[in-house]
Amino acid sequence: MALASPAHAFILQVRRDLRLAARRWGEAGNPLVFFIIVITLFPLALGAEHALLQRFAPGVLWVAALLAMLLAQESVFRSDYEDGSLEQLALSPQPLSILVLAKVAAHWLLTGVPLVLLAPLAAYALYLPAEATPTLMLGLALGTLLLSLLGAIGAALTVGLHRGGVLLAILILPLAVPTLLLGTQATDMAATGLDPQGPIYWLCALLALAASLAPFGAAAALRIHLE
Amino acid sequence: MVAAAGLEGQELELWRGDRRLFTELSLAVAPGALLHVRGANGAGKTSLLRVLCGATAADEGRVLWNGVAIAEQRLEYHAALAYLGHRDGLKLDLTATENLRFVLALRTSAADRDIEETLVQLGLAGASGLPVRALSAGQRRRVAIARCLLSHAPLWILDEPFSNLDAEGRAWGHACLARHLEREGMIVITSHHPVDVLAHAMTALEL
Repeated sequence: MALASPAHAFILQVRRDLRLAARRWGEAGNPLVFFIIVITLFPLALGAEHALLQRFAPGVLWVAALLAMLLAQESVFRSDYEDGSLEQLALSPQPLSILVLAKVAAHWLLTGVPLVLLAPLAAYALYLPAEATPTLMLGLALGTLLLSLLGAIGAALTVGLHRGGVLLAILILPLAVPTLLLGTQATDMAATGLDPQGPIYWLCALLALAASLAPFGAAAALRIHLE
Repeated sequence: MVAAAGLEGQELELWRGDRRLFTELSLAVAPGALLHVRGANGAGKTSLLRVLCGATAADEGRVLWNGVAIAEQRLEYHAALAYLGHRDGLKLDLTATENLRFVLALRTSAADRDIEETLVQLGLAGASGLPVRALSAGQRRRVAIARCLLSHAPLWILDEPFSNLDAEGRAWGHACLARHLEREGMIVITSHHPVDVLAHAMTALEL
């Protein structure tokens, strides 16, 4: 009997994590609720002044997205670590980095994608010009995936710690700042009628880098915890 | 020199903090043999098993599988290995069938029929559609043992496999071990319960 290919293992792992999330809906929805709360608090605090909100909109949207993603990252490996599933994955005849990448992908589908889909509504609430919405969504799609990959390294490093959430944020924040700057800049440029290609390409480049390196880093960190 | 078939540990040494758990420990498990690792609590039984799995690196010495160091052939070695640890490694929100189907599919395509048949043998016929959360600790342990049974791995490394099992469960577990040895399988086991299978194939290691 032939061994399952890594690509097949990737699909199996994504399907398993999605099925698990479907059985516990509440947890998957948390970051999204957080995102909505932050977005609705800003008009309340700053007042519904059109020009002011519009000027702050790109920054507010991206900071809220960044924090929502960081909030969600802590749980990527936690339950698998605690119930011994991670040990079984690490001792399975599949590269752990592929399984890690699959877990990140599933996690992004559950947290990043809903956030991207909700972004137009949030943008509307903050008076972001309509022509900037496609750029915002594209930027968030790239940015949230990038943050998921970076967050996986932090989550893997802190998986054995109780209350590792704050430590994770401190570890990941410096790595996440370029994503925040590029994403905000792209949205800002689109809102003021400029061509946002530059920062979007930069996001793509960082994403390629993170996708090729983060799974190995996270897998190595997980193996240290499993010793 | 012909490479020895099976599992071999050469002059293993492991430290935990400033305490030495074992040193110059050599062992060999050939096809059809069972190694029973014994010792008091905290003697390092689990640590030794994890070294043999490749989960923990030994401070000295090396572990060979079919004559090649396991660090040089991790995926091949893990394809031949079924490990059962203290924790069952089951997702509580998935059913027994879903749990087994996933872990086994990472290896080979396990037929659903085999899974169902094994669950029936385990006395879990009615429970296969329930989430594992609804099963008792003993039933979960049985599902975890079923994972080893269905993996077709020649080498089983079992850490207290009979914990939480009743007398009937232990008898069933022993029958599984005996069948595995008959098929030229290899077993490394720790257990506080006596392991009574095929005395001639069994060696004990005191830590």
